Amino acid sequence: MNSLIKGKAFVLGDNIDTDQIIPAKYLSYDPSNEEEKKYFGKFALFGVPEGESGYPGGDIRYVSEGYKSDYNIIIAGENFGCGSSREHAPFALAEAGAEIVVAQSFARIYFRNSVNGGYLVPSETPVKINEEVATGDELEIDLEINKLKNLTSGKEYDLNPLGDIKAIMEAGDVFKYAKQMGE
Amino acid sequence: MGMTLTEKIIANAAGRDSVKAGENVWVNVNVLMTHDVCGPGTIGIFKDKFGADAKVFDKENVVIIPDHYIFTEDKRALRNIDILTDFAKEQELPHYYQPGTDTYMGVCHVTLPEKGHVRPGEIILGTDSHTCTHGALGAFATGIGNTDAAFTMGTGRTWLKVPETIKFVLEGKLPKTMMAKDLILHMIGEIGFSGATYCAMEFEGPVIDELSIEERMTICNMAIEAGGKNGVIAADAKVEAYVKERTDVPYTLFKADADADYKDVYVINCSELEPTVAIPSAPDKRKGVSEIKGTELTRAYIGSCTGGKTEDFAAAAEVMYGQKVAMDTFVVPSTTFVEKDLRTLKYKDKTYMEIFLEAGCRIGPPGCAACLGGPEDTFGRANSNEIVVSTTNRNFPGRMGSMQAQVYLASPYVAAASALTGVITQPDEYLESK
Ligand code: SF4
Repeated sequence: MNSLIKGKAFVLGDNIDTDQIIPAKYLSYDPSNEEEKKYFGKFALFGVPEGESGYPGGDIRYVSEGYKSDYNIIIAGENFGCGSSREHAPFALAEAGAEIVVAQSFARIYFRNSVNGGYLVPSETPVKINEEVATGDELEIDLEINKLKNLTSGKEYDLNPLGDIKAIMEAGDVFKYAKQMGE
Repeated sequence: MGMTLTEKIIANAAGRDSVKAGENVWVNVNVLMTHDVCGPGTIGIFKDKFGADAKVFDKENVVIIPDHYIFTEDKRALRNIDILTDFAKEQELPHYYQPGTDTYMGVCHVTLPEKGHVRPGEIILGTDSHTCTHGALGAFATGIGNTDAAFTMGTGRTWLKVPETIKFVLEGKLPKTMMAKDLILHMIGEIGFSGATYCAMEFEGPVIDELSIEERMTICNMAIEAGGKNGVIAADAKVEAYVKERTDVPYTLFKADADADYKDVYVINCSELEPTVAIPSAPDKRKGVSEIKGTELTRAYIGSCTGGKTEDFAAAAEVMYGQKVAMDTFVVPSTTFVEKDLRTLKYKDKTYMEIFLEAGCRIGPPGCAACLGGPEDTFGRANSNEIVVSTTNRNFPGRMGSMQAQVYLASPYVAAASALTGVITQPDEYLESK
């Protein structure tokens, strides 16, 4: 896990469900197959409705061409990752190049999956952060001091400490964590 | 301070006298279930981490139930089933319900309890968010991802954060026009789409006591639609009778302590409720049928782990008896044994199947089918701007196929009555026995 994450923001609304993150249609690609796994990146956030993909304008595709996104930081509102248990969701975001999702809250299976698989950081903030940041803003996030800085606007925001999950993220994934715990 | 039902089950599995909400504990897992969408990924990680020759933690209790993409020409979907078949063979798994054979069942959450894989007091994990269904039998059951599942597959263990519990006490009497589906849609509307995030939802009260096992499953099934980690109902004599008929695996009964600590308690007087739907495009967009009756529809869909069990079809058959549908109506039994029930069980002088066929419904093969959209050739999939009334559990944009489709979630009574008129309809006038 990188404690210091810098890059461009991609902004979404509330209740982004796993069907929006990776539509069911693409789930038959095999994530363990090198050739096929890049399609999860290509279709990451492909199910977000027009007008809601990349606020404030809402007409930006997360991955505009190829398999990687220009945006490594996702900013969202409440209940990010609700819906199905598909681990393909955090996997797809990570494949597309996302390193962190900062949201007001997460659905628990998504949260657990992104941690246990060591894909990308789920970071909560008390701030209505998706109204404070615009798609394309340059951000700097420091997980040691739990701060998010919007370099474009110059404003700074608090993040909630990662708490229990920090140990798992730092270990790498749940397998490495379990080993450390003597499991 | 006492423990909630969920805390009791987790404490037992952790080998401890007590646990408190908020703690992280390692527990022994009783059953791990997976299916064709997440099974191959889980197996991939399992082999990668434990080695090519690794064995699963317990052959009896790794249950594989393919159900999502079965009746399709989609090559990758079919390949996924082959991966499961090879794995089941290699690991000599006795409980693999293989498509294309006599053992094929269909929707995992209807199959798992029916085949005796769920017992009260157990920890049940599944690579599917609706695994929370199995709390209906007094177990702790929750959905997990592939990495979690691979870890459990190899070790029989997992870590759990003990959830806080929100208790729902269902009092009064369930009106004759209502089913469990209406109740859970009501409760989700009450607390909102993320109202139970990270929490257990515990259901009790005289209305719950009266419900059948299948109806209790419908309630627990949709706990996840309020963000719940698990839904749970303490096992009673009905559950014991159901379980004993299906398995002789021993189990333990747990009950919440009288002084347990709840995050919230909701007391609902069910006598005052009316048939309830969720309008597009979220399960917490609650409306009473009286508020939106007359809303135009283009099709009806009756199926899934939520609304495709035998009793769901019994309800639909009662409504449709001697009637004709006014729009495309898709009937999808969740499993092969539910399909058999449609052929053998009767309402008055006709089997359910006869009633549906005479009404003009289209009947598909058992499985998840269009509940989650799936490949384009999936039976009942909404491929354009359909407006669907459905007995399924999710109505997010694109869930049943096209992003343009709109989905109203409803009980089998309401879905069947609406199928007859082409608009959202109160079921009462079609329920002559009531
Ligand atoms: S019927 Fe629908 S909700 Fe149930 S397991 Fe299948 S896809 Fe999931």
